[in-house]
Amino acid sequence: MMNAALQTNFARLQIMKRKVLAALRKGENYELKTELNSEYKERRKEAVRRVIANMTVGKDVSGLFTDVLKNMHTDDLEIKKLIYLYLINYAKTQPDLVILAVNTFVKDAEDTNPLIRALAIRTMGCLHVQEVLDHLSDPLRKCLKDPSPYVRKTAVMCVAKVYDLSPTTAEENGFVEDVRRALSDSNPMVISNAVTVLTEINEMAPGQNVWRLDAKSVPTLLAAVNECVEWGQIAILEALADYTPKTEKEAESICERLLPRLQHANGSVVLTTVRLLLNYEKYVHRADLLSQFTKKMVPPLITLLSSEPEIQYVALRNINIILQRHPKLLSKEIRVFFCKYNDPIYVKYEKLDVLVRICSERNTEPLLNELKEYAREVDVDFVRRAIQAIGRLAIRYESSADKAVKVLVELLQLKVNSVVQDVVVVLRDVFRRYPRNFADVVPTLCEHIDYVNEPDAKAALIWILGEYSEHISNISNLLGTCIESFLEEEDEGVQLALVNSAVKFFLKRPQQGQALVLKALQTATEKCANPDVRDRAYIYWRLLSADPNAARTVALVEMPPVELESANLSAPLLEELVAELGSVASVLQKPSRLFVYKKADKAGVPRDSEMAYTGLDDAEGGAASAGDNGTTGGIDTSNEGEPELLISF
Amino acid sequence: MASSIFILDLKGKPLIARDYRGDIPLSAIERFMPLLEEREDEEGTSLPVMTENGVTYLHLREKDVYLVALTRKNTNAMTLLQFLHHLSKVFTEYFKTLEEESIRDNFVIIYELLDEMMDYGVPQITEPKILQEYITQESHMLEVTPRPPMAVTNAVSWRSEGISYRKNEVFLDVVESINMLVNPTGNVLSSEIQGAIKMKVYLSGMPELRLGLNDKVMFESTGRSAKGKAVEMEDIRFHQCVRLSKFESDRTISFIPPDGEFELMTYRLNTQLKPLIWCESVVESHRGRVEYMVKAKAQFKSRSTANNVEIIVPVPNDADSPKFKSTIGSVKYAPERSAFVWKIKQFQGGKEALLRAHFGLPSIRDEDPDRRPPISVKFEIPYFTTSGIQVRYLKIVEKSGYQALPWVRYITKNGDYQLRMPEPLTSGASRLPPI
Repeated sequence: MMNAALQTNFARLQIMKRKVLAALRKGENYELKTELNSEYKERRKEAVRRVIANMTVGKDVSGLFTDVLKNMHTDDLEIKKLIYLYLINYAKTQPDLVILAVNTFVKDAEDTNPLIRALAIRTMGCLHVQEVLDHLSDPLRKCLKDPSPYVRKTAVMCVAKVYDLSPTTAEENGFVEDVRRALSDSNPMVISNAVTVLTEINEMAPGQNVWRLDAKSVPTLLAAVNECVEWGQIAILEALADYTPKTEKEAESICERLLPRLQHANGSVVLTTVRLLLNYEKYVHRADLLSQFTKKMVPPLITLLSSEPEIQYVALRNINIILQRHPKLLSKEIRVFFCKYNDPIYVKYEKLDVLVRICSERNTEPLLNELKEYAREVDVDFVRRAIQAIGRLAIRYESSADKAVKVLVELLQLKVNSVVQDVVVVLRDVFRRYPRNFADVVPTLCEHIDYVNEPDAKAALIWILGEYSEHISNISNLLGTCIESFLEEEDEGVQLALVNSAVKFFLKRPQQGQALVLKALQTATEKCANPDVRDRAYIYWRLLSADPNAARTVALVEMPPVELESANLSAPLLEELVAELGSVASVLQKPSRLFVYKKADKAGVPRDSEMAYTGLDDAEGGAASAGDNGTTGGIDTSNEGEPELLISF
Repeated sequence: MASSIFILDLKGKPLIARDYRGDIPLSAIERFMPLLEEREDEEGTSLPVMTENGVTYLHLREKDVYLVALTRKNTNAMTLLQFLHHLSKVFTEYFKTLEEESIRDNFVIIYELLDEMMDYGVPQITEPKILQEYITQESHMLEVTPRPPMAVTNAVSWRSEGISYRKNEVFLDVVESINMLVNPTGNVLSSEIQGAIKMKVYLSGMPELRLGLNDKVMFESTGRSAKGKAVEMEDIRFHQCVRLSKFESDRTISFIPPDGEFELMTYRLNTQLKPLIWCESVVESHRGRVEYMVKAKAQFKSRSTANNVEIIVPVPNDADSPKFKSTIGSVKYAPERSAFVWKIKQFQGGKEALLRAHFGLPSIRDEDPDRRPPISVKFEIPYFTTSGIQVRYLKIVEKSGYQALPWVRYITKNGDYQLRMPEPLTSGASRLPPI
């Protein structure tokens, strides 16, 4: 009784609490409005803080625009910064009100404190309002020549913002020219920001060649690299990586001057330096220098593997690309790519790819032992990739095939369901590559026949039964059982394999096989619903009854040798990705046109169906060269309505 | 180049959103969690770089928050991920920990930092020491408003002028972490030394420092015959204060240090090492129980001692009722980690220790094979480096001419130290004697 009463009371309380809260919430903006206009400074300050807090969590506080603005003229730097932040957020939706703030900005841009001057210029640039631009020009012009480098570096960056909004304003006011001049500023950070801005402007105005790095500026940039912060170094390195040296001598000296960057603690400085060295390979011809450069790349690349997992991931994706240019680069370093138990799975996948790529004939043995270890982990996908890697090694290096098959058989004997499936498929490929070598393994394989239950694995196993029938003592039984369940098989591949293997068995041992083949062909032709299977069975039947010798030349023909599908990128794509090492494209390993929208297209929202059509087209064109990296190919089309319909037109 | 930076809680709700370019709608962040979940694997890790609808999401996770950068360009992914890591370092420096609570409590200052560390999506100033000089947690009035420290845009962007100490001292810590992967038969699959020289600098003014190591390459290039052992470091990475071109030309390590604590350099040696602490183990798995015997050996000279040794031996998830017996140290079952932990406070070089463990198992278990995580070992060996690296000198010159004292400490500890477990024995009678 007591309890029930308590509960009702409690429930009532809850309802009341909710009502009160709702009322409060409704009135919160009203309350903030009062507070923002309070006569007490501390209360106004607290109110501004709350406004920003609400803005952060996505509540709409745009209605308080004028009230917030009233507090803008203040001595308090924190309040100033918060209000500026508010303006950046709502300027776009309230452009006409922003003009009210301009005066304060212009005044701040002439403050005696460089921190305030820079803050004003930086924020005005972020407002993205055409009307503000007219008021921005004068202060910006002054700040570009400011005595404080801190203000200059901020002003230089602001030019990019202006250009983005209105290229003509930037050109007419001579801002672009000012940035060009900033390349010879006395301060390294101003120089590096100028490089960034000019590169940006080039991208915004494609084909107009607003800026081109010329031989005259190169020495200044090389000097600035030694002095600026890591991010500035990256900007300069990127610009130099895209630069075409005028002479071979120049190319050599740029490389030599930048080699020390490989020793930098920032992984991006390292990777961008590697990118420059690779890009310059076409300009430098001295073999001794080239080999010195590649040799110097190795240790820093490996050190990247001791960074945080996300950095490791990007490094590994890029190492994969670099290895396609220099296949032998890391062949001595195979052990550093061994997977650690606690590596994130995405790092493990990449390591596995690199391992198979750099494995030479000499070190197959340790790698096979390692792969066997991976095949015993719990992540099914990783295990499958490890088993496939074993198969790839066996097919690539004949000398390793014995050991590889031994490892595969050991894995088979673990009798783990998923492992058995993967091993059988891989074994079929290995057997095809070395047709006569592994007959003695087949009986062991047959002992595990009961574990084989996935279509791919079943088809592979049945193919092996047909191929090696003479080595299997109870072959009639095994094949017979399979044929018994012919109609229960739903997979066309398995049914076709059954028909083929029965025919092969019959041709090899007509006596024993007679009944079997008849049964198989009869079932396939009379009861099977799949027309392809029926047709195949008819052909064999007629062939066998007309001319068994002809049938022999068809069914028992030597298969073309299995070849490894190339894991390499197409040559043009490889060139493209090497040239932009470290970029998003290099991580996704697909050309940037597949995931970068044109400026006019709105990113972040699914394109409408008409756009989707072009998107799909692109994705298909690129998929052939980009290969499949397991994620969605090209542009993700999952949100774009019904793409299948569009294809079927 | 980032378009925007977000800090999200674990459910994907934005705690902080800073839009730098205005070319991606802020709502695009709502697709982050679905994307993450779609591509997440069993262990909850997911790709750091993902693309959808023309937006690339780069992220990393720290405790209970995600740091995410969005871009619509084919920009330098490595730079952005490095920047996110810098961001996390700066926040940690400011708020001690980086987690949802500290973000909520400090959102004002976080916006200030984001404004200073990145402009128009381009990383600018990320040196925590310098940021702390003009972005502070106490708010201030304009008359005492800080100005941008000269260092912000100077060639020496990591140290401000006018630092002064009564006693000028420098502490050097040479820390070597051993990464090791060993298979059950004791074969070392890979081994490597990750070295770091960390400094605590309490020096006045703008001191010039020069550090001398027994670096083999330098000894050879100067034709000096090495007294004792010289060390060949494979890859050296320096803090940005070190003059890289100087090092490239004559291998001198010269620099003006930041104030306080920092990591001067890291190096790597990829040599075949004997495991410093080696554990031989036997596992017997029977119906209803599993037994372990672990023999640990300290394979270094007896004048050194490993401190705080922890040997973490994994057991099946469903193991219960543990029984332990060890010759030294203490053993505890840690069911939350599916392991037992053998702690040895002091383990002298050349000594051996033995442990026996017994667990019950449910009589009905699923057929899937057990995961077989490796044994991992933690330890610290003071006054000892595996590589033999030595600080030969640290010269300190400042124009005021003061004398400063350098102090050096050496320590070797475990890095990623994994010893794979052998296959459990199952058939036949037990070979291990009962506890």
